Parts: sequence; C-alpha cells; structure tokens
Amino acid sequence: MFDTPRFANRSELLGIAVLAVLLLVILPLSLDVFRLNLVAKYLTYSFVALGLVLCWGCGGILSLGQGVFFGLGGYCMAMFLKLEASSAANTKIQSTPGIPDFMDWNQLTELPFFWKPFHSLTFAIVAVLVIPAIFALIVGAAMFKRRVGGVYFAIITQAIAAILTILIVGQQGYTGGINGITDLRTLKGWDIRTDHAKFILYFVEVGCLFVCIFAAQFIRHSKLGRILVAMRDKEDRVRFSGYSVANFKIFAFCAAAVLASIGGALFTLEVGFMSPSFVGIVPSIEMVIYTAVGGRMSILGAVYGTLIVNAAKTSFSESFPQLWLLGLGALFIAVVLAFPNGLAGIWRDLIQPRLDRFSRSPKPDAQWSQPMADKAPAE
Amino acid sequence: MFGDYSLSDLGAIFAMQGFAGLILFSVFLLMALGLAIIFGQMGVINMAHGEFMILGAYVTWLTSNFFQAHLPALFGGYFFVAMVLAFFASGALGMLVEWGLIRHLYKRPLDTLLATWGLSLILQQCYRSIFGAREVGVDLPQWMLGSFQVTDAIQIPINGVFVMVLTILITCAVAYILYWSRWGRQVRAVVQNRVMAGAVGINTEKVDRYTFALGCGVAGVAGSAFTMIGSTGPTSGQLYIVDTFLVVVFGGAASLLGTIASAFTISQAQSTLEFFLSGSMAKVITLLAIVGILMLRPQGLFALKVRK
Repeated sequence: MFDTPRFANRSELLGIAVLAVLLLVILPLSLDVFRLNLVAKYLTYSFVALGLVLCWGCGGILSLGQGVFFGLGGYCMAMFLKLEASSAANTKIQSTPGIPDFMDWNQLTELPFFWKPFHSLTFAIVAVLVIPAIFALIVGAAMFKRRVGGVYFAIITQAIAAILTILIVGQQGYTGGINGITDLRTLKGWDIRTDHAKFILYFVEVGCLFVCIFAAQFIRHSKLGRILVAMRDKEDRVRFSGYSVANFKIFAFCAAAVLASIGGALFTLEVGFMSPSFVGIVPSIEMVIYTAVGGRMSILGAVYGTLIVNAAKTSFSESFPQLWLLGLGALFIAVVLAFPNGLAGIWRDLIQPRLDRFSRSPKPDAQWSQPMADKAPAE
Repeated sequence: MFGDYSLSDLGAIFAMQGFAGLILFSVFLLMALGLAIIFGQMGVINMAHGEFMILGAYVTWLTSNFFQAHLPALFGGYFFVAMVLAFFASGALGMLVEWGLIRHLYKRPLDTLLATWGLSLILQQCYRSIFGAREVGVDLPQWMLGSFQVTDAIQIPINGVFVMVLTILITCAVAYILYWSRWGRQVRAVVQNRVMAGAVGINTEKVDRYTFALGCGVAGVAGSAFTMIGSTGPTSGQLYIVDTFLVVVFGGAASLLGTIASAFTISQAQSTLEFFLSGSMAKVITLLAIVGILMLRPQGLFALKVRK
C-alpha cells in the first residue's frame, strides 16, 4: 500500500529513524527524570506544531487559535482526572463531598451536567478526539464555505482563543478559573505523579507522537496532501479543476485540531494540571512560531523546532528573564525575514548537499521541498 | 434582569453606561482608525499596533513629568504638546519599521502578522526595561478634573468629554486626509492599483511609508488620549489589539464609516451588558456575537463592492 502514493522516501525514513533513536534512546539515557519530564512537556506542543504543518505549511491556512484545541483536549482529560481525584473519600472535608474542590469553593453543591459523563475514561478519550473535531468543523465550515481565508481567518481564530480564555477565567465554578484544574492524582488508580509513572508516560507519549507523525506523512504524501499544496499556491485553479476547496480546507483544519487536542490531553497527563494560560492568544501564536522555526513544510522539523525553541525558552528564562522576550521577538522576525523555511530549509540548503557529496547518493526527492520564499501564497 | 430597578433608575443606568460606552468607543475608534488606515488601506496586519499606542502614552507621561518639573505655569496645556509629540514619535517609529520590516513583506500578509507580533514582544520588553513594569498614570490638569452634574443621578466626567471631542476631531482629520486631500487620493490610488499608480508617476514606496507612518501616528495620539482615562503599562496595548482588529473587520476593512459604526456598536453593547452581567461574560457575549455575525457576513457591516 506504500507504493502509490509513496508513504515516505528514503531520506524521510532515515530522518524518522534518527528522531526515534534520539527520543527513545539518547534522551531517556542522558537526562534525569525532571529534565525528561520537561522534554515530555515540550513534545506535547509538537503535536500542535505537526497539525500546523498540515494546516498552515501545506494548506496555507494560518490558525492563530490552536491553543483552543490544545485546551479543549487538555480540559477533557483534566476533567476526568479531577473527578477521579475528588472521590467522596478524598474530599471529606468539603461542604459537599464528591465534587472538585474549586466547585466547593465557589458554592456549587452539585456536579454540573456537562461534567457528569467525564466519570468515564472511555468518554474522556472519545471527547478528546471528537469535541475539537466538531468545533473545528463548525468554525471551518462557516468560514471556508464563504471563502473567508487568509488574514481574516487568522484574526477570527485569534478572537475565538480570546473568547475561550475569558470564558474559562470568568466561569470559575465550572472550570477552575485562572488557576485551572489542578491537583490531579491518579489515572484509574495508577498514581501519575511518581517518577516511574512519568518515565512510562514519556514513552507512551513518544509512541503517540510517532503514530501522529506517520499519519501526517501519510496525509501529506497522499493525493489529498498534494491537493492541499496546490490549493495553497493557486486556489482558483484547484477550484476550477472541480475540487471542493472548502472541504479540503475544513479537513486540514479539523486534522490540525485533533492533533492539537491529543497534545493537550497528553500535556495534562504529563504535567498534572491544565489552565487557561495554555489556551489564549499568546500560547497559540507561540505554537505557530515552533512550526515556523522548524520549517513550516517539514513534519520532522516541527518536532525539532518545538524542542529547540522550548529548550531555549527554559534555559534563557532561567538565567536572563529579560532577554527571553527580546530573543523570542527577534526569532519571530528572523524566521520570517531571513529563514522562511526554518531549520528544515537550512538543513536542506546547507547541510544536506554536503552530506550528499560525501555519500554520492542521488539527490533527495525534491517534490515536497521547493523553497517557498518567493512563491508564498498570495491572499 | 431589569426587575430590581425602577424606570428612572434604568434611565440613569442606561445614560451612565451609555456614557461609559462612549468613552470605550473613543478608545476603540482611535485605535481602530490607525488600523483602518494600515490594515484597511494597505492590507498589512500590524500586531504591534497596541505598542505604538503605548509609545504615545509613554510620551505623554514623559511630557507631563517634564512640564511638572520645569514649566509648572503651563501645566494646563501640556496635553496638546504631548499629543503632537506622541504623533511624531509613533509616526517616526512607524516609518522606521516600514523601512526595516514591512516593505519586505507586502506579498506575504500572514508573515507580516508573525513579524509584527515579534516586534510587539520586543517593544514590550523595551518599555519594561526603560519605564519599569509598573503601570504609570499622568496627573490631569486642574480644568480636566471634576464632572458635569446633569441630573441627580447622572454625572458626566470632564476628561471623558474631552477625550470624546478629541476623537471626533481626529476622525474628521483622518477622513479629510484620506478622502479629500491630494495625498489621500494617492494612497487610495496605490491601494486600488499599484502598477497603474506607479505608471502615472506616484512614488508608491513613499506613499506606503507615509501611510504606515500616519497609521502609527494616529495610534500614538490614541495612546495620548488613553492616558486621560486609564493608566499605562508595558502590556496595556495587547489588551486591546484583538478587540481593535475585530472592530476593523466587523466594520468592513476598507470603510471608515464602517469602522465608526462598528466601534460604536461594540462599545455600547459591551458597556451596557457589563452593568447587568459580570465584566467577563459581557465581553464573551459581545465577542461571540461579533464572531457569529462575521461568520454569516464575512465582509463586515459596510463592505465596499469591489470586483475581485
């Protein structure tokens, strides 16, 4: 089944293998549990970046609201974990035992109806996958069917991110407010706070990441992926050829939403809380920069970009907190002005040719790797 | 939700909230004017617009400090000096940014968005390093304090009236510049057909640069007016940027009248709702309504009918 369309060419498979060795062997052996947990936290963002590669890099749809989907996934997971953590035995001292602590503080005496299904893990997992997809479908259908795209779409998705943040912060009794949902303890009785659990969760997450990478590779090398790229570059020609442009865009947006949501759910498991500070405008636009740094067309670049930007953020803000914002701002500008293809572009233009000269292997498949600086989508 | 108030109370509430809404309207409109020039006319997304506004606010603060220390006799009039300074400071920065950043990106609007976001982060950090992280407020001159007592229940603060008058004047000035002056005609010519405009001898690069500078300058004046009604911090600009973009998009990007109408609708809706609901819910409902309407009518309230 991998013959036509080709699933991944040789150099891509090699790249995936290198990433697998890095994530599964080198990092777990060389880092302590605290640092490994940090890497796990960064990797959850790389799910979002993967989605943005499909949606923005291939489809040309810039969504500044990926934090919404990250948050939806994260909150679905957090609601399940919170309900498990606030069993009647654990919350004896509250005036209403058996409901989450922040509801008790906000004088709620009963679990709200939309929290009730989250007693079931199956429902929570289905919700993580389905709720963001439905939400993205509604937003995408409303926008793309009316041929709204480009800048307008970016602004509206950004507004949605702002709305959701304000809503979560304002409805403290139902959502935990600005603090988010904290103090998550166990997953089906298995304590997720121990070092051992974190170690295992890291491998679970890397497994999920590779499933998503393969899925993204498959989408991009299929006919669908090629239509997405065609649509980005010449939307009208694709439409005149008889394709429903809106439906392809909706699909790309929904796929990106589901990927972001999976990342959010894993984030909750890894870090042990979820709060509106991962939903709003600022995190959403930072997630775009991860993709841009890695190379907006490169699936593996998205993972490396996320890891590098986040590692830089952590180390900079530990030692020079003032410099980090300046650095991040400069990174935004540099990536746009000087390196529109990000790390993947640098690798392809500077490093790969030299490697090829050594090994004298045939040139890599150029089909997906044309520079796009000069032919970026015209709005 | 009206049940607990008598009819005269309700009248006073609507009048007071309406007036609060008018002040919000002034802030929205002043910010949106600059954006309507930059985004509506040039199609450039300037996410650093709020930071240009804050620059104007800081210039006003510096001027007021200067007058307090060196020219206390003229303190009553410092605001007018500050406004002019704010215009030129923000305009000059805008010109620099256009030259260094924006002009390379006219063909890539989505990338402009990312680059100007980076610029806004840098500016915020600069403000924080220079002026400190704490919010600063200016001292109002004596004649701007106090309020008009219209009836027993209705009070109207003078600084609010002043800001509103200022807004109306600036709006008229911008409308004049864009629609009646020779330079405004050049701007619109460049927007409608860049190649043709160049062919008839308009220096399109220069027009671009001055248009961007004008938009930023108006933002600076907006910041100056903003100090009259609120305090300024390094991140104050970011609070308004999403609302302002929605104002411009909701009004129909290239229409000045639309911008005014949508700023009015949004600010009035928000401030009236704010009295009856909590502030956050009022904002959520207003924003949701805008986004909903924009999904049904993506071209905004007052769309120019242009053949694409």
